[in-house]
Amino acid sequence: MTLDRKNKLLVALSLMIALLLGRIFHIQIMDGRYKSDSVRNAMVRQYIAPPRGIIYDRNGEILVGNKMTYDLLVTPRETGPFDTVALAEVLDTSVSFITERMRYYAANRRRIGWQSVALIKQLGEISCQRFVEEQYRFPGFKIEMRTIRDYPFNAGGNLLGYISEVSPEYMEKHPGEYRSGDYYGKTGLESAREKDLRGEKGYRIYLRDARNRVQTAYNDGKDDKLAVPGKDVVTTIDAHLQQYGQLLMRGKKGSVVAIEPQTGEILAMVSSPCIDVGVLSDVGKHYAEIARNPGKPMFNRTVMASYPPGSVFKIVNGLIGLQEGVLRPNYHYSCAQGYMYSSGHVLGCHGHPSPLGFDDAIMMSCNAYFCHVLKNVLENPRYDSLSTAFTAWRQYVMSFGFGQKLGSDFPAELGGNIPSAAFYNRRYGRGHWRFPTIVSLSIGQGEIGATPLQIANLAAILANRGWYRIPHIVKDSEEISIDPKYHERHYTLVDTLQFQKVIYGMWKAVNAGYGSGATATRGSVPGLDICGKTGTAQNPHGDDHSVFICFAPRDNPRIAVAAYVENAGAGGLTACPIASLMVEKYLNGNIRPDRKNLEQDMISKRLTRY
Amino acid sequence: MTQTLDRGLRKTVDWSLVGCWLLLVLIGWINIYASIQSSEPASIFDLRYRCGMQFLWIIVALAMGMVVLFAVNPRLWEVISSPAYLLVLVLLVAVIFLGTEHKGSRSWFSLGSLSFQPAEISKITTSLLLAMVMSQAGFRLSVHRNLLRAALIIGIPALIIVLERETGTALVYAGFLIALYREGMSGWYLFFLGMAVVLFVLTLAAPAWVPFALIAAFLLPYLFFYVRPIRHMRLRRRYLLRSLVAAVAGVVMVFSTEIVFHRLLRDYQRNRIEVVLGLKDDPAGAGYNVRQSMIAIGSGGLFGKGFLRGTQTAYGFVPEQTTDFIFCTVGEEWGFAGCLVVLLLYAFLIGRIIVDADASREAFTRIYGYCVAGLLAMHLLINVGMTVGLVPVIGITLPLMSYGGSSLLAFTLMIFIFIALHRQEKKYF
Repeated sequence: MTLDRKNKLLVALSLMIALLLGRIFHIQIMDGRYKSDSVRNAMVRQYIAPPRGIIYDRNGEILVGNKMTYDLLVTPRETGPFDTVALAEVLDTSVSFITERMRYYAANRRRIGWQSVALIKQLGEISCQRFVEEQYRFPGFKIEMRTIRDYPFNAGGNLLGYISEVSPEYMEKHPGEYRSGDYYGKTGLESAREKDLRGEKGYRIYLRDARNRVQTAYNDGKDDKLAVPGKDVVTTIDAHLQQYGQLLMRGKKGSVVAIEPQTGEILAMVSSPCIDVGVLSDVGKHYAEIARNPGKPMFNRTVMASYPPGSVFKIVNGLIGLQEGVLRPNYHYSCAQGYMYSSGHVLGCHGHPSPLGFDDAIMMSCNAYFCHVLKNVLENPRYDSLSTAFTAWRQYVMSFGFGQKLGSDFPAELGGNIPSAAFYNRRYGRGHWRFPTIVSLSIGQGEIGATPLQIANLAAILANRGWYRIPHIVKDSEEISIDPKYHERHYTLVDTLQFQKVIYGMWKAVNAGYGSGATATRGSVPGLDICGKTGTAQNPHGDDHSVFICFAPRDNPRIAVAAYVENAGAGGLTACPIASLMVEKYLNGNIRPDRKNLEQDMISKRLTRY
Repeated sequence: MTQTLDRGLRKTVDWSLVGCWLLLVLIGWINIYASIQSSEPASIFDLRYRCGMQFLWIIVALAMGMVVLFAVNPRLWEVISSPAYLLVLVLLVAVIFLGTEHKGSRSWFSLGSLSFQPAEISKITTSLLLAMVMSQAGFRLSVHRNLLRAALIIGIPALIIVLERETGTALVYAGFLIALYREGMSGWYLFFLGMAVVLFVLTLAAPAWVPFALIAAFLLPYLFFYVRPIRHMRLRRRYLLRSLVAAVAGVVMVFSTEIVFHRLLRDYQRNRIEVVLGLKDDPAGAGYNVRQSMIAIGSGGLFGKGFLRGTQTAYGFVPEQTTDFIFCTVGEEWGFAGCLVVLLLYAFLIGRIIVDADASREAFTRIYGYCVAGLLAMHLLINVGMTVGLVPVIGITLPLMSYGGSSLLAFTLMIFIFIALHRQEKKYF
């Protein structure tokens, strides 16, 4: 066979056919990508959202449930000309709203295609019934049922958190778990227990055409999957106590945290101002308003705010002094309206008898006394330098749960701050800082920062005489077992023996009676044996913060409370009554008649405009 | 006398071509049925659907084929070639002003529910006139004047079709180059054309390779020296000159690509080229057709999903699935095996026409046959190439298989004229 032009052309023809076949072979046999694409193309999974888990309080009250709501959907391509006036009447809305929306859909018809879009979300029940009756007149419109969160109890707004549609960033962080349009817990408990609450989505598989119209069920529904409902979560919260705490904190900025000392279970966790549960189910609508609020209701102060603990911290210093042996309960120190820590510099104190013993110093919260205590701790000759002594002191403090995250199951918890020797070395230079430099630490001021949760934990430690369980808000239940770390005891570095001496002072602070000079007499409730310690934290933002920690009863305590009210003056003035009312409410169930006035005072007290 | 020389139907008609035609038409018909078939089953003869309509067209085409084969004297085609060519030219121009607009082009005449495209007929008339002119005694393509005449016969209808905005159909006219090549046109033209396409693609897709391509264009002719040593100084000089011209033209080409691409081409054309070169990933827009078509074919696997079991074509993911993208249904439902059968049928059809044409003693039959083969090959390459993402999307039909009377009748007429011409020879020689 010669290679004439005919044969050259035949060879070229063969090459062309070979090229086409080669390409077809490649995409049909070699490259599997197109097969999976075809599955994605034609099979459509209709997802069935599982009911989200219910959140209960410790006594079985429903804090967060689910309820049905109805959205009115429209498939713009399926609508014909319809009577807008009639539709507006049925839906109880204005004609202009409907015409404007329809015009918007018409303008975006390419993007929308054959999809359905929500015309009205959370349609009223009456409109919904009316629409169902008249539906035949409006082709292309339909009602779709959906569940939203329901809050039967107005308690624990930002503690509970809210759910929100997944954002692209969130989906990226959790690949394969969410599809756009799904909801997830964005803050609070909803976020902390998202994995339990969300359940598992089910789906039905259909075959669809290119216009996204479902044609038939795939494989007779054999591959469909049922939705698995989310697990219920039982919290440690006492709904009534939580609600009462919110009531007491109304109009004030700050937090109240109540813990059951034996178990570390958080009974109430109030951050004020807080979000009303009414807005939680539809946060999107209220978001701008919430974000504008200068009180930052989204900011959960109980675990995120770092405050100077103030005088309640004296207890920690006292305990360290006792443990180190540089303080004995019978030590008396004089106080001349303060403590002169270097020539010409006085750390002031209020007027009280002088000199004082240990328990009276706690009862009256003498600043000078605890300056002496910390001085003795830091200048203890046992340690070769101030820096070593300070590091030992810091270890003690950290063993109380300060200066680090407690590890609670609440998201977004912060750790506060306990400065280290290295920090002072950096700031002042090695060897250039001495006790007078850091004298403020004696009374819980200066560089110390603690969250209200840590302060409440201190109250629980005192109640337990030396140990704590990590505070947490989720209880073991049938469906959920919590991390075993919440059942472990954490001991402080101070012996149980030393605590008795402090607690006597705390008892006196509340129960010594008017005229004794005790700082927390307003918190006394006959029969409850409340032990407490006030604090008045100076801060650069205005009036002093009012602080109070307490537990009750003195023997076998059942509740420990910390109240921290911003810019509310002395600890005995605001925080102490609020905390004691919480204790009384929890232990007695009601408030004694002679304390009703106090209760009213606290509820009506307004320190902020919002 | 005719009685004794006539060798009868069995010996004269190339039945293998007729059979091949029939097979392709029937395969096309079945796949059109599969493409429209979705959840509600319909009969393949149902006239409300395209499969039923195609059945009618097949009957008409078959009847027409038989008339062409047995009732018309094949000499007629040579006789009417000039007037037919002129008439079709008039129609081609007229359609620009009188035709109906269809997807951005004006190339269709509508008569009630029937519509037809003069461009389809134009391929036949151009082939006939080209065959008539080139078969005249003394016509040699090496004479520049003759080459120009051939180029004009091909170029005028092609240009008008471009004006109708049927650029794809005009591209098919490149198929005539095969006939010209067979009749003695220098292979250099094909070489330059090939290099131009390579340079165009390289400039757009891989600018870094352009210098190498230019050097290769310059050096390739030199390689021929060593393959076929040329002693003549004149020839040697001619080679050198040509390679220089090629290099200069190449450089001009590279620099003009940008202008051609961005100024002369329409947006959709530019997009389609960018998609096929992988310069642009636009699965929802310009790349949608190709992507869906490749998914449909790719999901077929070795033996396909089975008749009527395709999901991509039947559920409308592939656009134009009964016309330009009919090959997708073959790929999806019949798999690689189906594609192989269909492509081999086409290869046989085209190859057989080339072999028959080459064996012909009459220049008219030979040239016409090569024109038909060239046109079929171009259609096949562009259409199938487009469905598998080798060629930019160009809206032309797959001969004999795509839905539509205009295309089916035109190709049937074209092929049966050749079979008739071929039979005429067998009858008397």
